[in-house]
Amino acid sequence: MQLSFKKRSVKPGFRTLADLSENEEGLVERIDLPVDFAHRLMELGFLPGHPVAAARSAPSGDPRVFRVDGTEIALRRETARHILLRRH
Amino acid sequence: MSDCHGCGSGPQTATRPARATVHRVVAIVGPPNSGKSTLFNRLTGLRQKTANFPGVTVEHHVGKAHLPSHHDIDIVDLPGIYSLNPRSEDEQVSHDALHGKMPGLRRPDGVILVLDATNLSRHLTLAANILSLRLPTLVVLNMADDLHKRGGTVDAEALANELGAPVVLVSALTGEGVNAVGRFLTGGIAVPRPVELPVLQDVPACRQWARQVSREAGYTHPTPPLWTRRLDSVFLHPFWGPVVFVLVVGTVFQTVFTGARPLMEGVEALVGWVGGGLRLMLPDNWLRSLLVDGVWSGVGAVIVFLPQILMLFLFIALLEDSGYLARAAVIADKTMARVGLQGKSFIPLLSAYACAVPAIMATRTIESKRDRIATILIAPFMTCSARLPVYTLIIAAFIPEKPFIGPLLGTRAAAMLSLYVLGFIAAVATAKVLKSSVLKSEKTPFVLEMPPYRMPTLQSVGLRLMDRAAAFLKRAGTVILGVSVVLWILASIPLVNGAAPPIEHSLAGTLGRAIEPVIKPLGFNWKIGIGLITSLAAREVIVGTLGTIYGMEPDKDAVGLQKALQNDLTLGGAVALLVFFAFAMQCMSTLAVVRRETGGWKWPVLQFTYMGVLAYICAFVAFRLLS
Ligand SMILES: Nc1nc2c(ncn2[C@@H]2O[C@H](COP(=O)(O)OP(=O)(O)OP(=O)(O)O)[C@@H](O)[C@H]2O)c(=O)[nH]1
Ligand SMILES: [Mg+2]
Repeated sequence: MQLSFKKRSVKPGFRTLADLSENEEGLVERIDLPVDFAHRLMELGFLPGHPVAAARSAPSGDPRVFRVDGTEIALRRETARHILLRRH
Repeated sequence: MSDCHGCGSGPQTATRPARATVHRVVAIVGPPNSGKSTLFNRLTGLRQKTANFPGVTVEHHVGKAHLPSHHDIDIVDLPGIYSLNPRSEDEQVSHDALHGKMPGLRRPDGVILVLDATNLSRHLTLAANILSLRLPTLVVLNMADDLHKRGGTVDAEALANELGAPVVLVSALTGEGVNAVGRFLTGGIAVPRPVELPVLQDVPACRQWARQVSREAGYTHPTPPLWTRRLDSVFLHPFWGPVVFVLVVGTVFQTVFTGARPLMEGVEALVGWVGGGLRLMLPDNWLRSLLVDGVWSGVGAVIVFLPQILMLFLFIALLEDSGYLARAAVIADKTMARVGLQGKSFIPLLSAYACAVPAIMATRTIESKRDRIATILIAPFMTCSARLPVYTLIIAAFIPEKPFIGPLLGTRAAAMLSLYVLGFIAAVATAKVLKSSVLKSEKTPFVLEMPPYRMPTLQSVGLRLMDRAAAFLKRAGTVILGVSVVLWILASIPLVNGAAPPIEHSLAGTLGRAIEPVIKPLGFNWKIGIGLITSLAAREVIVGTLGTIYGMEPDKDAVGLQKALQNDLTLGGAVALLVFFAFAMQCMSTLAVVRRETGGWKWPVLQFTYMGVLAYICAFVAFRLLS
């Protein structure tokens, strides 16, 4: 498990949670966010190798609800952009 | 697996003999929204608030367990936690309580870990943390009813052996299996051999372990909650979502305002009848005047609003218990982000529609300190239920009832709605100012777990309404009664030739007239002035006070409270009074709780001054514009 502490560097070439369309699923690769917040996200189930599916969003498109580990968790796009998905 | 209650205690397992110790202080811990408070209420017979969203409980509550043979076991209900690393004030409370750092609370010598059985693999992650505290622990798998309904299974006995702690499958809601928790408290439950636990701090490792353990325990995940998905496809629909939202709000206002009418008229008639009865029964002396004109006119004027307030609370209870509230927070996040806050701040703001005091407590779930203070400072702008009687009285006296938007919304309900909107606008505008100046901070992320929708139970809603009614009547019987008595005395002295003076010349009247110059620019006379003074205790006191003042006037028989107001206020003055009440901070309990939660007088003093000045200026402008 690697954690990057840089805040903005979203690696080109990686898809992120924010790129998932409704009902699409992906596997988490890593979380590119400050460590304590990344910790909370992991406690909520956003763990490397775990599947996450995008569900409904708020009417404005943001935040979106994600299905992970049997529960639904709402995140803003700006957070979802920092959760990178595994390449197929 | 209803044939499996209390499997953890099965004698056939490889267990140590039951320890005959009786625990003295037992803490209930678990992830948010897993049913801890529901279980607490069942064990203690108390009525802590439960609702269907994470973060309902934000402080610790202690109650004695209801057990036939043991009367000295304290149960502690705690806020929900995801791990032992606290990120917010409410999580800190649980952390402190578990480690014996909570002032006035002994370190627990036992733990009841409540996990949601419909979501076991994730919730078990917390079990590793809690079990490593090495306190005697009972693992409660709650929501058994929901698990079975959705086709999930778990072998509690196997799980107990995996965890090295007794496990029981219960439904705190229906009471199924809860007896086993009592056996744990009294030491009558067998404890399996302890097992090695995974290394702490590393979430992936804990999660790996949790997955393994749940597999060993034969856990089959229940099918996804179909209804939740169906409902969300409407409530979060890009078009229908907002439409439903508007319809719900419209219906709430229309019902609270007009639907409660017949009931209120019933109560009003009853209050009048009792007052008349008292007048006939008592001899004509000062005592009759005190009881009938002072106390009963004051208290009665407020009691009339009981049906309306209960109606409002009914809607709030339905919103909270169904799980819609969490969706509302998601929808509101965008707006909140614009003023520098986030969706989580919306939940306390919504509960401030009932009362600002619990709302300010509820801000404990907000992780960022500055966001939390900002939310505390704006919460009293939300229209609390104490404003409802004032608004209703004035609107009914000054605004004729006509259809406004078809049958959905009448003019009076629309006026009421605009006052609610006014409060909300003041709140977000203030947040904007605060968050771009003194409370500026980096944007904080928004993360919220969505609970599944649940059918609100008649029992839980009914009990909540009863508690509300009791609290309301208690307030009428204490604060409002007290103020009415004091006011009656002030309005009856100094005696002129042994009789009460005309009210303008009484002490109360003199006080009112002393502040009249200050409030005249807002269109208020000295009677309203007295009401403004007494309403510093609590907003609805002004209604009681006006009831008492008009009750003591000689021509009282001719006029009701509404008619009397029409004589004393112009339309401009009435609107100014509404605006004043929308903005001013007239609530001692709120100030006290703000002081406690922010840890000093700085914020409450600032808040009181700001809201007061804003109220005065806006009321002045409203009065000028309309006259
Ligand atoms: N179906 C079902 N619902 C339950 C059960 N126990 C609790 N609930 C519901 O779950 C929701 C949450 O219950 P609470 O007792 O408030 O949960 P909590 O763990 O105290 O929540 P926080 O204080 O927010 O951490 C409420 O809507 C309860 O009615 C159960 O056994 N079965
Ligand atoms: Mg609770």
